[in-house]
Amino acid sequence: MVTTPLLPSDYLDLVSPLRAGADLRGRIEAVHPETADAATLVIRPGRGWRRHTAGQYVRIGVDVDGRRLWRAYSITSPTDRQDGRITITVKAIPDGQVSNHLVHRARPGTLIRLDQPTGDFVLPHAKPAKVLYLTAGSGITPVMGMLRDTEVDDVVLVHCAPQPQDVLFRDELHGLVADKKLRLTEVHTAMDGRLDVARLGELVPDWAERETWACGPAGLLDAAEEHWTDNGVRERLRTERFRPRIVVAGDGGAVTFSTTGKTVDADGATPLLDIGEEAGVLMPSGCRMGICFGCVTPLKAGAVRDLRTGEITEAEPGVLIQTCVSAAAGPCDIER
Amino acid sequence: MTAIDPTAHLTAEQIEELGRELDAIRDEVLAARGEQDAAYIRKVISAQRKLELASRGVLLFSIFPPAWLLGTAGLSVAKIMENMEIGHNVLHGQWDWMRDPKIHSTTWEWDHVSPSEQWKHSHNELHHTYTNVIGKDNDLGYGIMRVDEDQKWHPLHLGQPLWNLVNACFFEYGIAAYDLELGKNLHKRRRRNPEFRARAKAVGRKIRKQVLKDYVIHPLLSGPSFLTTLAATFTANLVRNIWSHSVIMCGHFPEGVQVFERRSVEGETRGQWYLRQMMGSANISGSRAMHFMTGNLSHQIEHHLFPDLPSNRYAEVAVKVRALFEKYELEYITGPLPKQVFSAWHKVFRLSLPNKKPKIKTPAREKELVAS
Repeated sequence: MVTTPLLPSDYLDLVSPLRAGADLRGRIEAVHPETADAATLVIRPGRGWRRHTAGQYVRIGVDVDGRRLWRAYSITSPTDRQDGRITITVKAIPDGQVSNHLVHRARPGTLIRLDQPTGDFVLPHAKPAKVLYLTAGSGITPVMGMLRDTEVDDVVLVHCAPQPQDVLFRDELHGLVADKKLRLTEVHTAMDGRLDVARLGELVPDWAERETWACGPAGLLDAAEEHWTDNGVRERLRTERFRPRIVVAGDGGAVTFSTTGKTVDADGATPLLDIGEEAGVLMPSGCRMGICFGCVTPLKAGAVRDLRTGEITEAEPGVLIQTCVSAAAGPCDIER
Repeated sequence: MTAIDPTAHLTAEQIEELGRELDAIRDEVLAARGEQDAAYIRKVISAQRKLELASRGVLLFSIFPPAWLLGTAGLSVAKIMENMEIGHNVLHGQWDWMRDPKIHSTTWEWDHVSPSEQWKHSHNELHHTYTNVIGKDNDLGYGIMRVDEDQKWHPLHLGQPLWNLVNACFFEYGIAAYDLELGKNLHKRRRRNPEFRARAKAVGRKIRKQVLKDYVIHPLLSGPSFLTTLAATFTANLVRNIWSHSVIMCGHFPEGVQVFERRSVEGETRGQWYLRQMMGSANISGSRAMHFMTGNLSHQIEHHLFPDLPSNRYAEVAVKVRALFEKYELEYITGPLPKQVFSAWHKVFRLSLPNKKPKIKTPAREKELVAS
């Protein structure tokens, strides 16, 4: 009442953006380079932060060139870190707006938006006896979070990176090997070529007996799923993907965002989430790969295509669509 | 159009070329828009909130005259900033590109009795689309005044200088009534329309909240300063109303601004739409502080050409737009605030009387007539 039309929190945010009860934010406290194109960010989360489980990721909202962009990154710090800070390790990908900003331009002191940690790529409560981690590139990040958090008696890590200097956390990993806490095989793909998952047995003879966590590019994960399935041990494999598998694209159409009052042309391959964000529409977003349902939005008219399956969804009262994996299939109206 | 068409010398091709040149100006700003712009609006919002808090704090002791003066002045400025540079522009979607849900046209609510949702419709959709089109743009005299010779005279217009003064003092209520289209909707049949009733209720709720804050809670919190704080918040609202009314009058009412016939906008091209915005708006010249306090509506011409560009960019855009006016031999109407306010008021007085017959032509217009 006193502060109408604003809320008291709008004023409190001016002085204490990380307080309990505020929208969840974090402050970047330090940026440590890891490799030429990767860096670790130390983030002090706001008071509302709920402790994560090793292997989970967090979505962060960063202003890049004045524009709020949301991305998900695996948490690489252990859950029991004394100072309550968390770290994420970001690898700059070509044309990646957020990753390049975070690796090369992020400054300590910057406020970012946070979501609560989430993800089911985690170790079970009962510690497995034998573990295999199979990772490539920045796919090491959730696994690093697990390695730092939970000691398992028998752990093998097979990690792929183009060259030795591209291996994230290399010194720390070699330290673990020296302490006999980890067996590590590095596959340097620039020299040795891609890892042939079908021949994994040559590197890890007992791979099929191991509970496995795999994270990396789609090619690696697809091959792994096939290999584990073929050997009848699919239930031992857990994968974490960074991108949805896009299989089908069709014709696009004019997309109307009726709440905002904007209409833009969309092709049949670009997720509606990207189309809306580009047009300045306030789109809710989540994992950007079709798993978290943070982006669901009512479809008021028209039809959309699920980019993963090609399935067409037509507008009906109450129909919600995942904008991050849906593209226009003809003209449509999104309630945003 | 009024008497002479000041754009008659332009060919259809030139008008489309003008449109392309304006599109290019817009694209330049869109390409450059970024971190500094975002920092600007955040700084303004933060400064406004601090100024409002501080002023309201000082007013708790408004029983002491210096505190009253300081607090009232601060609150007036804060309220002007909130409505003009922040509210008006955020609600235009000028900052939507930042994708910050806290500074977005679909979530913003302003310190004003008209709910932002209704204002956005009547202002962004109707006024900005049909700028100065008689019968379509209700901003032309707000439905209570006659501001162009081509609008029909009615004996009620005799009182329009008085209506305008009252409207200036209670401008935010005038706008709320206008957004509700009260004039039209108070007819018996329409009054029952559920859609209108819902909107009227929303306005009622908004008024209640605003009044409660400014005229009940804040004075009560001031204890012994109750009455003086009440006077202070009333004064601040009055100052804000008169200020914004004056600025907005200067946007479309000064002499020389063109109005348009309904049929002239049928099938309008992009270039023609731009041209109508150019001829239908007027600027206010002045210092940077002056531009800031008008919410950069002093750059009314540029604002009407590019309503969704961030306001902090209008000053640089104005230089390029003005060059285009010269290139295409069009009159860029601008002047200091007192001159423009006088010009607008002069028109309100003049047009309160029926047109003199035959229509008086200014010498310049006569010359053009002869030439053509």
